[in-house]
Amino acid sequence: MAGSIKELSKEEYLLKGHGACAGCSLAISLRLLFKALGNKIVMVVPACCTSVIPGPYPYTSLAVPVQNMLFEATGATASGVVAAFHRRGIKDVTVVGWAGDGGTVDIGIQALSGAAERGTDFIYICYDNEAYGNTGMQRSGATPYGAWTTTTPTGKKERKKDTPFIMAAHRIPYIATACSSYPIDFINKLRKAKEIEGTKYIHILAPCPTGWRYDTSKTVEIGRLAVQTGMWVLFEIENGKFKFNPPSNRLIDKAKRRPVKEYLTLQGRFRNLTEDDIERIQKWVDEDWERYCKLASNQYV
Amino acid sequence: MAQTVIDTANHIAAYAAKAARAQVVAAYPITPQTSIVERIAELVESGEMDAEYIRVESEHSAMSACIGAAAGGVRTFTATSSHGLVLMHEALHWASGSRLPITMSVVNRALGPGWNIWADFTDSMSQRDTGWIQFYCADNQEVFDTIIQAYKLCENERVLLPAMVCLEAFTLSHTYMPVKIPDQEKIDEFLPPYKPKWFLDVNNPFSHANLVSPEWYMEFRYMMQEAMENAKQLIPEIGKECGKYFGFEHGGLIDKYKCEDADLILLTMGTIGREAKIAVDNLRKEGFKVGTARVRVFRPFPKEEIRKLAENTQMFAIIDRGISFGMEGFLAEEIKASLYNHEDRPLIAGFVAGLGGRDVTFKTIEKIARKSSEWMQAGKVEKETLWVDLRE
Repeated sequence: MAGSIKELSKEEYLLKGHGACAGCSLAISLRLLFKALGNKIVMVVPACCTSVIPGPYPYTSLAVPVQNMLFEATGATASGVVAAFHRRGIKDVTVVGWAGDGGTVDIGIQALSGAAERGTDFIYICYDNEAYGNTGMQRSGATPYGAWTTTTPTGKKERKKDTPFIMAAHRIPYIATACSSYPIDFINKLRKAKEIEGTKYIHILAPCPTGWRYDTSKTVEIGRLAVQTGMWVLFEIENGKFKFNPPSNRLIDKAKRRPVKEYLTLQGRFRNLTEDDIERIQKWVDEDWERYCKLASNQYV
Repeated sequence: MAQTVIDTANHIAAYAAKAARAQVVAAYPITPQTSIVERIAELVESGEMDAEYIRVESEHSAMSACIGAAAGGVRTFTATSSHGLVLMHEALHWASGSRLPITMSVVNRALGPGWNIWADFTDSMSQRDTGWIQFYCADNQEVFDTIIQAYKLCENERVLLPAMVCLEAFTLSHTYMPVKIPDQEKIDEFLPPYKPKWFLDVNNPFSHANLVSPEWYMEFRYMMQEAMENAKQLIPEIGKECGKYFGFEHGGLIDKYKCEDADLILLTMGTIGREAKIAVDNLRKEGFKVGTARVRVFRPFPKEEIRKLAENTQMFAIIDRGISFGMEGFLAEEIKASLYNHEDRPLIAGFVAGLGGRDVTFKTIEKIARKSSEWMQAGKVEKETLWVDLRE
């Protein structure tokens, strides 16, 4: 396990010249993925920002084999790759599904659920920028309440889907949340996942300046605020056992969490929120924390 | 020793997948395909078939898993029917565009509503533009041999496209017939183990099925068209080779019967083609100069052979077990299109028959032939598309 950024490999497998937006946390997360797992991985990438930012044929900025795939088919396609490698006796390669929130929590949830139920031996990573970013920010099942998107111009009326817990219902051996602002946490979770057999699911919050409407220099700060306000919680569920990870484990006391307002008001997408909305969101966050704390004390989901 | 088994086309398709040494099977059950995947499951679990069977949660995932497995470098097989095939549609394009030699048996069944589980070609015919090679079989032996041949064809470097081996619901899928299954060593000799040209290799990384700009997209599509043309050339060659090995040829692109001196040729697909031979024999006894040609391969479409067939005949009667709404039968469309720039165009009449599993017997076909013969003598086709035995 890595304790500091300094211990990480200097090798880069996300090459220069990719087309991610300035301040894109997906590019940060991809880089971290390679820092954690090296280049003995095969990626299955459905329609999402990652199918565009590496650049068009005959170029790519991803220095690992990639199977680009249909929007809803990541889980199933990875099952095929895993089966093929199993047949061929290839044991030292990790298969990674790398999909956005739309491709995971909405259109791709069936294939993901199927792959998890079958215990497919792979790591599935959902990088969640809380909307369909590649098509210009339309609402997804992962968009939070009140957020502006191009298809919710006055703000989303429904709450965000709790996908890590949908995955927990599949009784897979490892589920974790992460955030691009906490690189060591993400890297350690990836490394742990690599050593576990079966389906591993990591859901990483991926702040998106283009869609969330904040200054491109603030990506790391926004991610930190998401965690510090408790709007995004870092945890893992290992064999059904729930555990907070730092710094979320230090935020169990409500007084230690910063008000959600600090996170919301920094982002243009929440501009339409009323004070009532903010209060409602605060209440939901506090309720979620009560639920998580119970899980943490009982330990089992 | 080759053995003769008496079994249904569905079980025979499963045995063919085993004989072809398919390494990964990903499939979802649908009536009337189920006994293919049930038999494969039994063969895999008993250890008789050395393959991995991914029990996916939908047909879309079945094809996606096949794409992943084929890109992983193994020989893959799947089977579906009707609504399952239609649900796969998007992934069918992805499989062919990815140039992956996947073989799939399709049990041709009608599409709903209303729910209908019987024979109809509309399911696979409406996938004709997906870039898949399409074979249509007339008996269980042909199902076995064609699956083996399909792998040999698809894995050829000049082709690298996926193929459907189609067989009609119940008429073949659940009908017992004797089938000769050759020795495994002979099959292995004819179809050696799969050696992929490339796969998702960490030592040689590349981005497969990557974003393609307008600068290159057309070239990739042109290469698929070239691959189809190559397949058209290779299918009869592989068919002949298979014949030498195992004793059955099945007719290359078009299975012709008594066409040489025929004034009227009945064009068919699938089992109707077999029934048409009986009709031809009966009509010949009455002095009709009639023959029949069963189109075995619908993609690539055998344009040149159709033109050759048209040269010495007066009329084509085309029987379609499917309909492109707002136009006509699929086969009739393609045959007419093939002949437009050809000088020796015969009269052409289209007949839509046997939709949703309605029986098309030799008697029905004789009726079609008599009606066509009347029009041929009058020198004029009265109805461009006639729906046979329709309640009006």
